[in-house]
Amino acid sequence: MAGLTLRDVGKSYGGLSVMSGLDLDIYDGEFLVLVGPSGCGKSTLLRMIAGLEEITDGTIAIEDTIVNDLPASKRELSMVFQSYALYPHMSVRKNLAFGLQNMKMTKAEVARRVDEAARVLQIEELLERKPRQLSGGQKQRVAIGRAIVREPKLFLFDEPLSNLDAELRVQMRVELASLYAKLGTTMIYVTHDQVEAMTMASRIVVLRKGTIEQVGTPQELYTRPANLFVAGFIGSPKINMFKATASKIADGIHISAPEFEDFEVRGLERTVDDVTICIRPEALVLGGGSIQVTAEIILVEYLGSEILLHAKLPSGATVLLQTSGKEEYARGQNISFGFETSDVHVFDHNGDRVAFTHEEAFA
Amino acid sequence: MKKFFRRNAPAYVFLSPWFVGFFLLALGPILASMYLSFTRYDMVGDPRWVGLDNYEYMFERDRRFWKALEVTFTYVALAVPARLAMALGVAMLLDKGLRTIGLYRAIFYLPSLLGSSIAIAILWRQLFSVDGVVNQVLAKFGIEGAAWISDPNTSLYTLVILAMWQFGSPMLIFLAGLRGIPRDLYEAAEIDGTSKRRQFFRITLPLLAPVIFFNLVLQTIEAFKTFSSAFIISNGTGAPADSLLFYTVYLFNEAFKFFRMGYASALAWVLLLIIGFFTAVTFFTSKYWVHYENERD
Repeated sequence: MAGLTLRDVGKSYGGLSVMSGLDLDIYDGEFLVLVGPSGCGKSTLLRMIAGLEEITDGTIAIEDTIVNDLPASKRELSMVFQSYALYPHMSVRKNLAFGLQNMKMTKAEVARRVDEAARVLQIEELLERKPRQLSGGQKQRVAIGRAIVREPKLFLFDEPLSNLDAELRVQMRVELASLYAKLGTTMIYVTHDQVEAMTMASRIVVLRKGTIEQVGTPQELYTRPANLFVAGFIGSPKINMFKATASKIADGIHISAPEFEDFEVRGLERTVDDVTICIRPEALVLGGGSIQVTAEIILVEYLGSEILLHAKLPSGATVLLQTSGKEEYARGQNISFGFETSDVHVFDHNGDRVAFTHEEAFA
Repeated sequence: MKKFFRRNAPAYVFLSPWFVGFFLLALGPILASMYLSFTRYDMVGDPRWVGLDNYEYMFERDRRFWKALEVTFTYVALAVPARLAMALGVAMLLDKGLRTIGLYRAIFYLPSLLGSSIAIAILWRQLFSVDGVVNQVLAKFGIEGAAWISDPNTSLYTLVILAMWQFGSPMLIFLAGLRGIPRDLYEAAEIDGTSKRRQFFRITLPLLAPVIFFNLVLQTIEAFKTFSSAFIISNGTGAPADSLLFYTVYLFNEAFKFFRMGYASALAWVLLLIIGFFTAVTFFTSKYWVHYENERD
């Protein structure tokens, strides 16, 4: 196992800087997920940690040893690629053994490790097959097997599930989580899928345009997003956002928004004027809440255990509600719902969170 | 039947120039040469049927036929691997992602365009002549060069070098093949600590096998048919001491110098069988060394 320290890490291609001043501590034995939209630099960051891309600024240290100039093979890590990167002309057994043969290991040890990995991943009956004879899920297992046989200090995953269908993705997610529980090795996992990030991570790093937007546990990111971007990116269905104006009062702020009657949020520490208020779809309660509003249903998405209601407010803005799947709703129906002011997230005109006095400050 | 033609009519229309060319220009001469190979024919009188005489003479009494075979086989055995190795080497250099790759590709392909021309063969003769550029350069280093072309011991090798220089078309095919190998495989190997040498032998070569196979077949056929460079450099005779007596040069001389059309036809058919044999052997062995990713099991 190994911890990592990234200090002031930057990357530029020619004159074009894609990442700069990035600081991050990755703890020994944690499952860290790098998440963000396409082009945010998450894969580049992973490849720089792997040693497949050079860094142009700063330092990367694995267990206090700076590895900037260390080739990928000397960093004692394994990587699972999005494309699986299995050697198509070799059997599964040879694919698993290929990396080990570089480590000057006895044949018996190679065979032992290959058999052990095959047992853990339940691919024993596939060992003599070629990759083209495997399904997507099986290929993914072999790719993971190739990473674990080396018994590395650090695992890197580059969007490993994105080529799988939805059902298999859920299954592999569970398998990866249990593999992590079994091995306890530090894992860094890149994904653009926030559900994957939320379900698997010990901590999540949200990236945008080469900078870190927030680092925290899935719960921290969900309940206390540091800025509008994180609020919008984390959480499915997506958070509701409304423009509003705010004024400071003794113990908080007074908010006026065209969508709702004026209300006060207590315990907010800063003076703000133009704000964006955000409310999670599940915080909007039909028939309940202290701030109430009526709206007309424009779309009903029935998901079985729950229903997503898209509704139009009198101001013309649309709102998304998440409710249990027991009632029946129809397009055109009028509903009344409400929310508690403590469930409102407030962001200033820069998009930064206006923290409650009891919250810790976020990076 | 009617439906078949209606459905495939456009295909036949587009194929028609080829059909016209094949039936009018190729099939006739092919069948004629087969017939002529069993005759004695000097283009003046009528062909005279001699049965298997031409073939019997070729295999049992014609020593120059065996010499031509020896020269051609030696050339094929040296020139094909040399050209393929050269082509692969240059393709791998170009595959490194040079920004001006298009320019280099064109420059490296140029010798192949010029290579089969008469002018280049003449240039080659100048380069390797006793007082040619090669010997002048060697002299600068204090080395006394040989009479490369007029010495029977070295003349064939000058043609092998010429063949190596014309690596353009297999190089382009190799380059396309190399581009088709996913980068991820090399990155995975890199992380696993696989040396560049092992990456070449265990990843590049096996994944390039279909392309190597294709190039091998094409270049072998090409090498057996080598004519113009050998003809020019040996002044059309196969000299010195028959060391450049390529099969095709011998065939040409039999046909158009001595007007032994029947015998030349027989020589042509034997060359066809030889090429067919080597192509078949390559195809047969390919299943042991060529891996296709989308192969059916």
